[in-house]
Amino acid sequence: MNPATLTLTGLRAAYASGDLTPADVLTALAAEIDSRDPAIGGYLSHDLELALADAKSADLSKPLGGVPIAIKDLINVKGHPCSCASQILHGKYTSPYDATVIRKLREAGAIPFGRTNMDEFAMGSSNENSGIKPCRNPHDPDRIPGGSSGGSAAVVAAHTAIAALGTDTGGSIRQPASHCGIVGLKPTYGRVSRYGLVAFASSLDQCGPMTKTVADAAAMLEVMAGACDRDSTCLDAPVPRYTEEIGKEIKGLRIGLPAEYFATGLDPAVRERVEGAVKTLESLGAEIVPVSLPNTGHAVATYYIIATAEASSNLARFDGVRYGHRAQADDLIGMYGKSRDEGFGEEVKRRILLGTYVLSSGYYDAYYLRAQKVRTLIRRDFEEAFTKVDLIASPVSPVPPFKLGEKHSDPLAMYLADIYTISANLAGICGISVPCGTVTVEGKELPVGLQLLGKSFGEAELIRAAHAYEVARG
Amino acid sequence: MNIRQVAALARLELTDEEAGRYQAQVDQILHYVEQLNAIDVSGIEPTAHAAAVYDVVREDVATGGGLTREEALSNAPLVAQDQFRLPKVVE
Repeated sequence: MNPATLTLTGLRAAYASGDLTPADVLTALAAEIDSRDPAIGGYLSHDLELALADAKSADLSKPLGGVPIAIKDLINVKGHPCSCASQILHGKYTSPYDATVIRKLREAGAIPFGRTNMDEFAMGSSNENSGIKPCRNPHDPDRIPGGSSGGSAAVVAAHTAIAALGTDTGGSIRQPASHCGIVGLKPTYGRVSRYGLVAFASSLDQCGPMTKTVADAAAMLEVMAGACDRDSTCLDAPVPRYTEEIGKEIKGLRIGLPAEYFATGLDPAVRERVEGAVKTLESLGAEIVPVSLPNTGHAVATYYIIATAEASSNLARFDGVRYGHRAQADDLIGMYGKSRDEGFGEEVKRRILLGTYVLSSGYYDAYYLRAQKVRTLIRRDFEEAFTKVDLIASPVSPVPPFKLGEKHSDPLAMYLADIYTISANLAGICGISVPCGTVTVEGKELPVGLQLLGKSFGEAELIRAAHAYEVARG
Repeated sequence: MNIRQVAALARLELTDEEAGRYQAQVDQILHYVEQLNAIDVSGIEPTAHAAAVYDVVREDVATGGGLTREEALSNAPLVAQDQFRLPKVVE
């Protein structure tokens, strides 16, 4: 048996029975990566020696003892490179510290192994904005894996990883999970510490698990969640035993279907799969209730003002002074400008420019402040819906994964495809993508994801329903 | 929107080709987001943060665990005398 094909839960069982050691698994994964990843491009780097050194002290009695986790390349792991798939950091930065999520995973026995490809600084929905190399969908290498956590999704789907970490600012965990046919969970804002994540949009970013099964996601989230004294937005709320939700019934659970998420623009075959999944949930005893999220049509505009504004501020730190690329120039201002122009890629510069403009004197009220007010309306839509239902079901992406290069020349068209995922970030609620079948496009079977959205800190119900669906789906 | 002005604020030294392209693209995106002007937001409080936490405080004591000087300087492009070295700032 090839250990790389195991789930996290399956790997734990193999350790318990003494069939495998962490060194076996790491060595097998490295061999799989070396032989198959070059055609996919899911990894930017991996260091077997470092991981084997960690494996020596792995305590298999801990919840994630000996489990290798692939890490999105914007999460700091001490001694590992961290480039955010950007030329401004590539080959120029080694993390001097662990992010809180990494510390928690390590304390639970996990072994960080491999840096996964992504859209540069998490800006993108196709992984085509990687400043290092393209990443491909394992189900059809001509197609995108989604983004921005495209590498994490691709390596889990290709079984060159057991599980991975991603981050989600506007759908960057859920959408690539959907496109690659894996499970991706975006926790509630404030559920998981952001300390040690390279910030994109600080009021929207969350880190979450990307896994082969819902049970694996539950096991990881249980370890990752909880207060952090280095992230004041990370709430000190009790962490439920998410793994105990696995196998619970969903009879009587009320699941809302937002009319606005099944409107024009949704691919008919994708709609059919998602509606089929909703029928399955109904057959398990869930009550399906129509709901309305009337401000859905404003979400993309609101998101691209708020996210770019926050990004323009966060990315000011890349100025060639303390880390990263420094261009030669005679004076300080020239050094800043040239370093940033040479180091950042096209989409990153576009978003910095947009974000700088919407925050600039004279335009702040018209763009940024107004967007924050519309954000309140979007948040209220969900609060209202969640008075009637426990969860909301919808598609993740309106379309199956498209071909590399197909939409790349039109940034706005790419933004509009984020319509079903970004509202959850604006509202701060949790969401999960679970595979719900495939659609056939040009002879290839392409995965489709079902999105379930939960209330703030409602991850337990999300996991319960997603797992019940996963079992019934077969 | 004048892309050169915005780029100066953002400390991005754009080439002429980039400036032309970004002017058109950012104009197009701004045109799209201006749909928000049609929404009545009078009396609506802005949401800066989804989580309602404010003013998290703790005792004002050093907790340790920060970077050492060597670690802080370890990724610097240029170091001199245990400090970040920069191009000259004053004439």
